[in-house]
Amino acid sequence: MGQTSSQKTLFQKIWDAHVVQARDDGLALLYVDRHYFHEGSFHAFNMLKARGLAVRRPDLSFGFGDHYAPTVSRRTDQVADPEIRGIIETFEENARANRIRAFELADPDQGIVHVAGPEQGLTLPGMTVVCGDSHTSTHGALGALAFGIGASEVAHVLATQTIWQSPPKQIRCAFEGALPAGSTAKDMALALIAQIGTGGGLGGAIEFAGSAVRALSVEARLTLCNMAIEAGARTGMVAPDRVTRAWLAGRPYAPAEADPAWDRLFSDPDASFDSEVTIDATAIRPMATWGTSPEEAVPLSGRVPRAEEAPDEARQKAWARSLDYMGLKGGEAMADVALDRVFLGSCTNARIEDLRDAAAVLRGRRIAVPMLVSPGSSRVKRAAEAEGLDRIFKEAGARWEESSCALCVSMHGETVGEGERCASTSNRNFAGRQGRGARTHLVSPASAAASAVAGRLVSAS
Amino acid sequence: MEPFTRYTAIAAPLDLANVDTDQIMPARFMRRPRDERYATYGFHDQRFTPDGAKRPDFILNQPPFDAAGILVAGRNFGVGSSREAAVYALAAMGFRCVVASSFGDIFFSNALKNGLLPVKLPESAVSALRQAISASPGVTISVDLQTQILTAPDGSTHEFFVPGFARDCLLRGLDEIGLTLTLEPEITAFEARRNGG
Ligand code: SF4
Repeated sequence: MGQTSSQKTLFQKIWDAHVVQARDDGLALLYVDRHYFHEGSFHAFNMLKARGLAVRRPDLSFGFGDHYAPTVSRRTDQVADPEIRGIIETFEENARANRIRAFELADPDQGIVHVAGPEQGLTLPGMTVVCGDSHTSTHGALGALAFGIGASEVAHVLATQTIWQSPPKQIRCAFEGALPAGSTAKDMALALIAQIGTGGGLGGAIEFAGSAVRALSVEARLTLCNMAIEAGARTGMVAPDRVTRAWLAGRPYAPAEADPAWDRLFSDPDASFDSEVTIDATAIRPMATWGTSPEEAVPLSGRVPRAEEAPDEARQKAWARSLDYMGLKGGEAMADVALDRVFLGSCTNARIEDLRDAAAVLRGRRIAVPMLVSPGSSRVKRAAEAEGLDRIFKEAGARWEESSCALCVSMHGETVGEGERCASTSNRNFAGRQGRGARTHLVSPASAAASAVAGRLVSAS
Repeated sequence: MEPFTRYTAIAAPLDLANVDTDQIMPARFMRRPRDERYATYGFHDQRFTPDGAKRPDFILNQPPFDAAGILVAGRNFGVGSSREAAVYALAAMGFRCVVASSFGDIFFSNALKNGLLPVKLPESAVSALRQAISASPGVTISVDLQTQILTAPDGSTHEFFVPGFARDCLLRGLDEIGLTLTLEPEITAFEARRNGG
């Protein structure tokens, strides 16, 4: 930070435009343009209530019911588990009591906050965006400064429309060259994290750049920025361009005309970053995780590593633990790892392009293991049905259900069973993430579909 | 919030890297309001078998570590989900301080806002601490937020750093919302500036 030249990074430009007050130690009070929340934000509303504080700008907050949304129905009163029903009701009541627009379960525009927010045109270039959810980094794909916050900070934002932040390290991550056909943004993210580690971006702001990023659609950029948090970063971002403007045009909350100020949202050629990493995009192959950390990933054409192959002693221990949890010995070919089920969904990979990718693989084929498809939003679901994608999934034997975070975090009333192995298009393969003792392998939508057909971990190509 | 100045307690070693907040606070408990039950949610699936019995092999179940107030963890502690409930669970278990060589970004700030002091030290120092407390279970560590010094069981001292604003809030037991609300005129002026174009 503290650049003396007038050359600024994209991050710096957005940061500077939102400083309400700066302290000598670098900490700044930033104005928040957009605040999103979900059912889990009830702690924050409780804090506000306990202190008798009002929401300062109800017009700048938007709620989405997603984490606990059932995949089998859109009616709150049909949720069988009283605790889950209670938390959905609390979400809806908090929004109503504070005059905030919430996209509730039955709303035709409901969806996962990081899918439906951008889809509505609520996230725009140059904005500061926060949400009590770590994957808020997703929204940076539109050229916004977007990061996840904790419940106390959500209460702070509700009460003051601002947040205290210390400037993060700025990292430029350039993917250069053409991404091979069959490889996707998900594979770029997994390859990056496998290279730099889950601590590689710790606390930082990653700007994704390079020819391979410029060539990505907005949806693929959303996937890439979604996973920035798994590299330990606070946020990911992509400079807005023609592709961004075209994608935003006509969305419900987006301005009718692109704001000319968006054209200035890029890193100046001589702006300096704290660190830079360049990745050869031409070498990226379809990837999958084998362990319980997103950095434990290899190409699907490869094999599961053995613990003793780990680069240092600490990781030997970690890898041994991961292999043990995952029920793998090490050394087996990824393609020999047999699956129990497949999940296509989550804010990482459940947009319309993701569903198209998976459907293209499934067309005319049958799945060998159960597969759940949960679209990223109710809009995505309708769009997919209009294109006939739902028929392809159903004819292949998959369950085609409502939009929810679903098996990404398994809060909605269904889990992956103890010891069950699931190929998943979500973003976290942590122990227990999909259910106690569940074994998760992170993959792209195309690989998920191919794996469902094979009943084993394979890529589509 | 209770002010945090100086704290001395039994320290427990947790020699695992990348302990994510899903492990600290399993998702299925997150629908519950914050209450004393959070003490059993912390590390639940590692502390208890599926039928609810305590796992004797998990270190935080073993005396004297089950009475620890300071957790000496591995690198990247608290990565992953932003769930502040992970901090509520650690606090309910009786922890007031976690020592590690690096922390998940959001966890670090969540901890500070709830009187759970995150102390960042070089990995060499952290692993020496883990060894020392494993070798003599029940020894204590002291942390002084005013001087930002941690005192190891052998009396050696290590300096740590907590960002100034958060440190002030913690030392005085104030929360940030109250302080920020005193800047209300500045916030209003900022809004007016932006709307004026
Ligand atoms: S889909 Fe998963 S990662 Fe995304 S917001 Fe929902 S729970 Fe979080």
